[in-house]
Amino acid sequence: MRSAGKEEAAISVRGLSVGYGDHVVQRDLDFDIARGSIFVIMGPSGCGKSTVLRALIGLLEPLAGDVLFGAENFWEAPPEQQDRLRQRFGVMYQGGALWSSMTVAENVGLPLSEHTTLDAATIRRLAELKLALVGLKGFEDFYPAEISGGMNKRVGVARALALDPAVVFFDEPSAGLDPLSSRRLDDTLLALRDGLGCTMVLVTHELDSIFAIADDAILLDPQAGTVIAQGNPRELREHSTDARVRRFLLRGAA
Amino acid sequence: MNETSPAAARLTTRPDDTRLVVCPAGAWTLAATLPASPAALQAPDPARVTGISFDCTALTAWDSRFVVFVRELEARCAAAGVAIERDDLPQGVRRLLELADAAPERAAESPGGHERAFLREVGLQVIAFVRSAGELIEFTGAAAVAFGRLLRGQARFRVQDMLRIMQDVGAEALPIVSLISILVGLILAYIGSLQLGQFGADEYVANLVAIAMAREMAAMMTGIIMAGRTGAAFAAQLGTMTANEEIDALRTAAIPPMEFLVLPRLLALVLMLPLLTVYANLMGIVGGAVVGLLLLDIEPLQYLVQTRGAVDLGDFATGLIKAAAYGVIVAVSGCLRGMQCGRSAAAVGAATTSAVVTGIVFIVVCSATLTVVYQVLGI
Repeated sequence: MRSAGKEEAAISVRGLSVGYGDHVVQRDLDFDIARGSIFVIMGPSGCGKSTVLRALIGLLEPLAGDVLFGAENFWEAPPEQQDRLRQRFGVMYQGGALWSSMTVAENVGLPLSEHTTLDAATIRRLAELKLALVGLKGFEDFYPAEISGGMNKRVGVARALALDPAVVFFDEPSAGLDPLSSRRLDDTLLALRDGLGCTMVLVTHELDSIFAIADDAILLDPQAGTVIAQGNPRELREHSTDARVRRFLLRGAA
Repeated sequence: MNETSPAAARLTTRPDDTRLVVCPAGAWTLAATLPASPAALQAPDPARVTGISFDCTALTAWDSRFVVFVRELEARCAAAGVAIERDDLPQGVRRLLELADAAPERAAESPGGHERAFLREVGLQVIAFVRSAGELIEFTGAAAVAFGRLLRGQARFRVQDMLRIMQDVGAEALPIVSLISILVGLILAYIGSLQLGQFGADEYVANLVAIAMAREMAAMMTGIIMAGRTGAAFAAQLGTMTANEEIDALRTAAIPPMEFLVLPRLLALVLMLPLLTVYANLMGIVGGAVVGLLLLDIEPLQYLVQTRGAVDLGDFATGLIKAAAYGVIVAVSGCLRGMQCGRSAAAVGAATTSAVVTGIVFIVVCSATLTVVYQVLGI
C-alpha cells in the first residue's frame, strides 16, 4: 500500500445522487479523493454529509452514479466483491459504535480474526499496537461501557485501522470532544496518515479540525443540494469568491 | 494490502563488528507468513551483541504486522539490555513506533474483575437475588404511590399512551393466548380421560378441565405468556430509553418516569391480564370440549351441564384475582429491569432476560402463595 503513486485517486465519485425514496438529498456529486490525502466532506448540519458518507461506505445504495475504489465500481460489484472491497476500508462511527459485549481489544481484533488467518496471539498483539497508536495502551481488557466517550471514539479509530485499510472513513470524529481531546485526535490522525500512508475521508463541520488537517475538501450546500466548492479549505477561505463558501468557512463573518 | 500475492517474507541477519544487522525482506503484511526469528533475536545476548540495527532495503511492503515485529524485538532487547537503532527503519514505521510509545493520556486502572472464582460468584448471585427482591418491593411501593397520585389527579399520565399499550398487550395477544389455552385444555382433557376412563367416569373430564382452567391454568398460562411477550417488550423498550438517556431527559424535565412510563404500562397489564384470562378460560374449556365430544363421545349438552356444575363464579374470581396479581408482577419486573438497565446494547439484552426470569419466578411464587391463602380461607 506504500508503493502506489501519489497522484492516483483512491476513490472516484462520478455523478453521485443520494437520498431516500423520492427525496434527493445531494445530486450530481463528482470528486476524486487522492491516495494518501486527508479529504474532508464538509457542510452545515442537515446538508446530507452523512448520507453521502453512507453511499461511499456501502451502507446506502445511491439513487444514481458510481463510487469507484481504484478501478472497481462498488455499487455494480457482486456482493462477494463488495465484501472484499469493504475489507480495504475502515469506518469510524460517530459515537464509536463499539460492540458492547466485547472488550476493547476484542473489538479491534474481530475484523482480524474474521478476515485473516492470523493466530489469536498475533491478533492480540496487533490490537495492542492499534490501541497504543491511539493512546490507549493498557485499556485492552476494558469493556466499552467502562471507559469514557472520548476513549470510545479512539477505540473506534483503532478498530477502523484494524485491517490496515487503504482508506479510512471518519464520521464526525471530533463531535462531542473537548478542544484539547479534539486537537489530540487531529494530531493522531495526521501521524497515522504519515505512518500508515492511508487515505482518510472525514465528514465534519469542525472548522478548526478542517483547517488543521485537511488537504482537500468539498463543501456541500443544503439549498443547492450539491457541491458548491472544492479544494484546500485554507485556500478556499482566502480566495473563494462565493459568499456561501466564505460564510461557512469564516463562521458567518463574511 | 494491495499486493494480491505478496513476495514471501524473509529474515536474515549479518554481523557488523560487534553489532547485528537485521535484514527483513519481501512483504511483511497481515496476509504473509512470517519467518521464525533466529536465536540471536529471540534472546539477544549483550555479551555477544552490543547493538541491533536494521537494513530494510529488501523490504518490499509492510504494515502493522512489521511494526508489531519491531516492537516485540525492541521489548526483548530492552529486557536484555541491548541497544536498538531505529534510524534505518522506513520513516512510516518510525513514526508509528513513536506514536505507540507516547504515554497514554491516562494510565489504565485494572478493569473491574471479569474473571470470578466460583464461591465469589455464588456469593455475588445470592446478594444480587436478595437485592433484586428488595428492589422489586421498593419499586412496587413507588408504583403504588404513583397510583395514589393518579387517583388524586396529580399524576403526569397520558391516557392515550395507556390505551395504545392496552391494545398492544391485550387485543394483539389474543392469537397466542387462544393457541396456548386451547392446547392446555386439550392436554388436560386427554390426560384426565386416561385416568377417569379407568373408572368409567369420562364425563368428569369436563369438571376437571373447568376447575383447572378457572382456578389455576388460565391465569398461570396467560401470565407466563405475558411475561415472555410483554414483560420482555417493556424491559427492552425502557432499557433502550435508559441507554439513550431518554429516562434522564424525562427526570430533568420534571416528569417522573414512574408516572409517565410505568403507570400506564402497569394499569394496562392489570386491566388486560384478567380480561385475557377470561378469554383463556373460554378457550381452555373449548379445547377440553373438543376432546370430550370427539374422543370420549360425551353429548354437548351433557358436557355443558357438567361444566356448569363444576365451577361457580367464585372459582373464576379466584383465578381472576391471581391474574391481576400476575399483571402487577409482569409489569413491575419488566419496567424495573428496563429502568435499571446499563448504557449499552448488551445491558438491554441482560435487562430483557432478567425481566422475563423475574416475572416467571414471581408468578410461580405468587401462585403458590395465593393457593395456600385460598385453602386457609376455604375459598
